[in-house]
Amino acid sequence: MTTTAAILVEGLTKRFGGLQALDGIDLEVHRGEFFGLLGPNGAGKTTLISVLAGLCRPDKGRARVMGHDVRTEYRNARRMLGVVPQEIVFDPFFSVRETLVIQSGYFGLRHNDAWIDEILEHLGLASKADANMRSLSGGMKRRVLVAQALVHRPPVIILDEPTAGVDVELRQSLWAFIRRLNQDGHTIVLTTHYLEEAEALCGRIAMMKGGRVIALDTTANLVGLMRDRVLVRITLAGGALPEAFAARRVSSEGSSHVLRLGDPCEVEPLLAQIRESGGRIAELSVMQPDLEEVFVQTMRGTLGSAEPT
Amino acid sequence: MKPVLFSAGFRTLFAKELMRFWKVSFQTVFAPIVNALLYLVVFAHVLEERVQVYEGVPYRVFLVPGLVMMATLQNAFANSSSSLIQSKMTGNIIFVLLPPLSHVEIFLAYVLAAVGRGLVVGGGVLAVTLFLAPIPFVHPAWIIAFALGGAAILGALGLLAGIWADKVDQLAAFQNFVILPFTFLSGVFYSIHSLAPVWQTISRANPFFFMIDGFRHGFFGVSDVDPWLSLGVVAGTFVVLAAVTLTMLRTGYKLRT
Ligand SMILES: Nc1ncnc2c1ncn2[C@@H]1O[C@H](COP(=O)(O)OP(=O)(O)OP(=O)(O)O)[C@@H](O)[C@H]1O
Ligand SMILES: [Mg+2]
Repeated sequence: MTTTAAILVEGLTKRFGGLQALDGIDLEVHRGEFFGLLGPNGAGKTTLISVLAGLCRPDKGRARVMGHDVRTEYRNARRMLGVVPQEIVFDPFFSVRETLVIQSGYFGLRHNDAWIDEILEHLGLASKADANMRSLSGGMKRRVLVAQALVHRPPVIILDEPTAGVDVELRQSLWAFIRRLNQDGHTIVLTTHYLEEAEALCGRIAMMKGGRVIALDTTANLVGLMRDRVLVRITLAGGALPEAFAARRVSSEGSSHVLRLGDPCEVEPLLAQIRESGGRIAELSVMQPDLEEVFVQTMRGTLGSAEPT
Repeated sequence: MKPVLFSAGFRTLFAKELMRFWKVSFQTVFAPIVNALLYLVVFAHVLEERVQVYEGVPYRVFLVPGLVMMATLQNAFANSSSSLIQSKMTGNIIFVLLPPLSHVEIFLAYVLAAVGRGLVVGGGVLAVTLFLAPIPFVHPAWIIAFALGGAAILGALGLLAGIWADKVDQLAAFQNFVILPFTFLSGVFYSIHSLAPVWQTISRANPFFFMIDGFRHGFFGVSDVDPWLSLGVVAGTFVVLAAVTLTMLRTGYKLRT
């Protein structure tokens, strides 16, 4: 028997006027995963999250959170889900603690003070507990949004670019906290434009563009996808580039060439042929692709033929 | 499942909506009370000698129930409509949309908090006028019934307008071109019997007229129409508004894209 997925999305479409914001999304996030949702501005990430949260009604398709349909079983689905919205919003009438007590109450929790104190502590908000929301800085307001998403201890937590406009210190402590929640069994879905963040945190990554998921794999595999297409920078101190490899040349600058190889093993014959033709190698470097590169190239839809960055 | 009125979600939203206006009670309670008293002082001063609507009832006394009701209605409307439009403009409406609150819970919380503000302001106006005019209380049950019914109608109407409006000026237009004329032309300052027959007929198409007439019946035991008829109109109006507003909330009209 398979356990139900934390998030299951099938055939989701959503059109805003003439714009297809979601164009047939199928996605499954397993329980306990740390999942990354990446994509350029307007890719549809926030729209997808809004459908899961019940803020947006899809035209077609279904979405489930911990097995509960977000439409027909919205009460259960929403209890299972904590969402940190992309935009900073707050209610200026209340203090930080009041905000969290009220949010707990909406979820049916009337005696939640111990957990609220713990969240405040972990997010560095304890000293601001009684400050009015209006008086907080932007980064502090964002921390409160994170706290609000956690008041009901949801098994699934979605963070829509939670580190935009947040200082390094909070970013570190926020990630430590989210990691701990993940280790405690919470499923985490994260959208971010900081790629190193996704690479460091996420086990799997979906890349969206134009309302579609255009790549979905483990972070390791997505990086591996590039690793199979090694870029080699070679500077010759004599001789010329072997004919057999001319087609692989991506760019040249004097005697320095960047070649794209299909496989790391091809480095061996390349070097052999240069030596055979009497050439000498002054410098050789193999460039490791990072996630950013995978990302950018996948987005361009030109994986394997792009310019080196 | 627990009845809605006992659910923690409903109670929290209701309490939050009460706190929201109570925290700024100077402008949400005190100011409207002063406002209504100014009407009373000015109109009573100008018209006391000239107008007598009911036998033996001084104009100043006649005026009080109408002013109390007007304050109740306007403040009930202001509470739910301003809360909604502010939450929509600032985006914090999502705090209410993300939790597992049903459309019935949301509806009742906003409407009952609006009733709360309406009654606090209306009650405040009445309390102060007791020092200024000898007010009779012939049928307190009618007074309470129409205060509740009127406030609930305007609370629901405020919720509806707040959901519908995209900008504050649309809401202001709704207030100026719908609420205000309907209230002023409902007989707050006069009995419709003093009007030409055609205007009497038109007044009877105005639900606000029945709220105020029934309310006034509670004080004086006299009214332009039978209070049971008024109660029927008030109840019917509320049911229609509630049905429309609940449908808007259930389908996510303007709130869930
Ligand atoms: N309520 C709306 N009305 C009209 N268009 C919308 C609405 N919400 C989103 N869109 C459009 O849908 C598309 C997807 O938007 P979405 O916010 O999901 O992108 P995103 O991937 O979250 O982008 P970003 O990285 O900038 O946050 C965009 O073109 C956006 O303009
Ligand atoms: Mg977004």
